[in-house]
Amino acid sequence: MSRRARLVFFAAAAAALAVTLGAGLAGLPSFGSQITSYARMLNELAPRQRHVTDVVSAISFDYRGIDTLFEEFILLSAVTGISVLLRPLSDETRQLPEDKVPDRTIPPPSPAVWLLAVFLSSLLVLTGLETVTHGQLTPGGGFQGGVILASALYVVYLGTSYVTVERFEPAPLLEASDGVGASGYVFIGLLGLLAGAGFLSNVVGLGVTGNVISGGTIPLLNLVVGVEVAGGFAILASEFLDQTAVIRPRRR
Amino acid sequence: MSEAVIAVALVWVAASGTAVVLTRDPLCQAFVAGFFGLGLAFLYLSLQAGDVALSQIVVGAIALPLIVLLSLAKVGKDRG
Repeated sequence: MSRRARLVFFAAAAAALAVTLGAGLAGLPSFGSQITSYARMLNELAPRQRHVTDVVSAISFDYRGIDTLFEEFILLSAVTGISVLLRPLSDETRQLPEDKVPDRTIPPPSPAVWLLAVFLSSLLVLTGLETVTHGQLTPGGGFQGGVILASALYVVYLGTSYVTVERFEPAPLLEASDGVGASGYVFIGLLGLLAGAGFLSNVVGLGVTGNVISGGTIPLLNLVVGVEVAGGFAILASEFLDQTAVIRPRRR
Repeated sequence: MSEAVIAVALVWVAASGTAVVLTRDPLCQAFVAGFFGLGLAFLYLSLQAGDVALSQIVVGAIALPLIVLLSLAKVGKDRG
């Protein structure tokens, strides 16, 4: 295709995109306009129907729970794809990280860094657990809390060494938590079918609004999503870290 | 008052988003993208979308820069 033909093709496509995008944007509610009647209805109904104070959680884990199921499996398949792509190839070998200077071992991080990492990682674990378990009460939930939990492992790596972090994140455990978390969502959905209602119906006791244990299946789903996301992001980080730290081309 | 906060957030997002595009060095770009992500989270928070803001923080400030930095380290090591 000549340069001129390509330019003509681009101009036609850009014009079509501009027209359709412009028409779509013109139909949006104006910035700062009043919330829609659907949102008003959910704000009104969710606390009474589902005994939650964070309506967003009620939408994503109950009213639209099936959407979140698919999003969860998007993450699962993305992590699986990364693990397959970043595996050690036949012309690569695993070697523990070594110092650039021969016959010298990597010096351990200074005590100040180590102390900061101990402090920060325990704080991250606490914040992560809090975010996962309070999804039905305050903003947050399984996804956000799961990433915070996984990030505690990065801090352990920064404060110690590759060998330590490998000991603290055995690959079978991470892979199991990723899979168990993802399938747990389906099993909690099946509870609804067992109770004679629809898939992912909220059939567990709803509890008192504002308590940590309230909202029926919503905190349970948050919990399994938290396990899945924490495992998935830890796998993601360790795969990239392995590529950087220990996997290198085999010397011939 | 809330309009001022939203205006600050919008300007921050516009400025840092442009800065991400104009930064040529991938290493610097990872840091600038982190600030852009933080600006987006602040914008979501100023529009009272707390859940989205939290997701934006964990993805934009933790996951994305980490993956970019580790990939850059891998590419640099294999070359050097």
